Amino acid sequence: MLHLLNGPQTLGNGRRFWICACLVLVAALIYPMFADPYDVGNFAYFLIWVFMALGLCLMWGYGGMLSFGQTFFFGIGGYAYGVLSVDLGSANGMALGNFVLAVLLAGLTAAVLGYLMIYGKISGVFFGIVTLSVTLALAFFLGQTAGPEWAIGDARLNGFNGMQGMTPLSLPWFGGDIDLEETSLYYFVLVLLVCTYLALRMLVNARFGNVLVAIREDPQRTELLGYDVRRYQFGALVLGSMLAAVSGVLYTSWGQFITPSSIGLPAAAMPIVWVAFSGRSDLTAVLVGTFVLLAVFQTLTIYSEQMALILMGLILVVTVMFAPQGCFVGMSRIAGWRPRRNRPLPAPSTEAG
Amino acid sequence: MTTLLEITGASKSFGGVFAVSDVDLAVQAGEIHCLIGPNGAGKSTLFKLVVGTYPPTAGRIVFKGTDITRAKPFARVAQGMSIKLQTPSIFRALPVRQNLHIALQDHVARNSIGAEEDRLLETLGLMSDASRLAGLLSHGQQQWLEIGMALALRPLLLLLDEPTAGLSPEETHRTGELVKRLNAEGTTMLIVEHDMAFVRQIATGVTVLHLGKIFARGSIDEIVSDRRVAEIYLGTPHGE
Repeated sequence: MLHLLNGPQTLGNGRRFWICACLVLVAALIYPMFADPYDVGNFAYFLIWVFMALGLCLMWGYGGMLSFGQTFFFGIGGYAYGVLSVDLGSANGMALGNFVLAVLLAGLTAAVLGYLMIYGKISGVFFGIVTLSVTLALAFFLGQTAGPEWAIGDARLNGFNGMQGMTPLSLPWFGGDIDLEETSLYYFVLVLLVCTYLALRMLVNARFGNVLVAIREDPQRTELLGYDVRRYQFGALVLGSMLAAVSGVLYTSWGQFITPSSIGLPAAAMPIVWVAFSGRSDLTAVLVGTFVLLAVFQTLTIYSEQMALILMGLILVVTVMFAPQGCFVGMSRIAGWRPRRNRPLPAPSTEAG
Repeated sequence: MTTLLEITGASKSFGGVFAVSDVDLAVQAGEIHCLIGPNGAGKSTLFKLVVGTYPPTAGRIVFKGTDITRAKPFARVAQGMSIKLQTPSIFRALPVRQNLHIALQDHVARNSIGAEEDRLLETLGLMSDASRLAGLLSHGQQQWLEIGMALALRPLLLLLDEPTAGLSPEETHRTGELVKRLNAEGTTMLIVEHDMAFVRQIATGVTVLHLGKIFARGSIDEIVSDRRVAEIYLGTPHGE
């Protein structure tokens, strides 16, 4: 299985890349020892969004399906976690159970929506339009749930002010649960992200990834090679949406609140900007690019939130015009982290000729 | 000989206009059956009915004794068909070897995929281009790559739609030799073609379509000597 970590669908397959990756991981692991808890929590916040970006990378970059619906599933995951944690509590490992249930609920929603879209032959620009529509519909719906009648059990949805009062994630442990906040949340998110990243690398370099890339390049040819194109698109959509829900749950746990504005139009455009800027065709580029862009965005937001949004839009336009493959994909190629597919192949054996 | 593909009463209309009308056609195992006819005869439409791109308006298509009239293209491929379209349909942004890998991965054991890729690259004369992006190949090489991808599925029936379109005479001849070699190795073929020199080179059976209907069928010698065919398709008997 581990041989799938390297392959034609991923940049950075050599020893140099993996040494750099290990050094970055070690730096990330020891970072909390040198930084104050606020900054560590901030870093955790940046990492939380990367799951959603990786999900979009899988769908759009590898599968060719541009979805504006990442924040829809982010919202489903976040709100579901909020409702479950308020109603069911989080003691004795229930918080992790809520996490899993919320992500599964988002997956089920993605399966229903995905079935209707993919088996209903919605593709191309219409895929983006439908996913954006459901996202905006959810944001508007949640925005008008301020009244007391909009509650699920004890959990009030609270309209534009958003849900509050949910408990943070916690890990069951001997002698009492460990609440995941600041440094402990950072480590939890980091480990989860590393596992997700490595698993996705293996997935895209395996049979599934080969077919997904083939669909992106030419769906008709892929079908004529005997693959049920819709099944693979469906799988990628569900998986990518569940990753968005992971971000939603972690975000809700991190801040112990979630609002409809984290689902609406400006929020829905952000994953597109992160992934397009980073380089949608590669997981590593998206991971690094999203983290960097979020850090830049937050720094700018301190001075002016409006300016930060405008800059994000400008970055998207500049990227599309001058580096359509994405900035980080371009930079990584300059650094020599080529996919295995572009390496010269060995000369044919004499027997073959 | 066993009948591999049997089309019975196949028709296809577009807005009331029949592109193919009440066509019966049988392809026997082991033959190279060419489907010819002038432009607008309905060859490509009939080909697409067999592939599954279009559902027929009427009629029945049976492959290996199984009715596949309403089956999706991928299901037909799973039954043993393989298809090469008229314009090269390859993964242009992926390397040649990866194109073959994607075609092979479900049909060859993982530890022998590399060797099978090499064998196909040698057969197609593309070994030195294995790591090039497929979109950078010449038109002829793209046609062969697509034939190679179709072959990777180890089909019982290979469907080729104008495999020599856009090829030079030398490339056409090489393609003919490749087709004959594959047939000798046991692959049955149904080929839509209008290059008569190529058809003469390869065909063991010929069906002529005209205005969406079967016009004539027989061996290549019978078809070439049929004055009616010459009139609708070949021009005068000396016209070629």
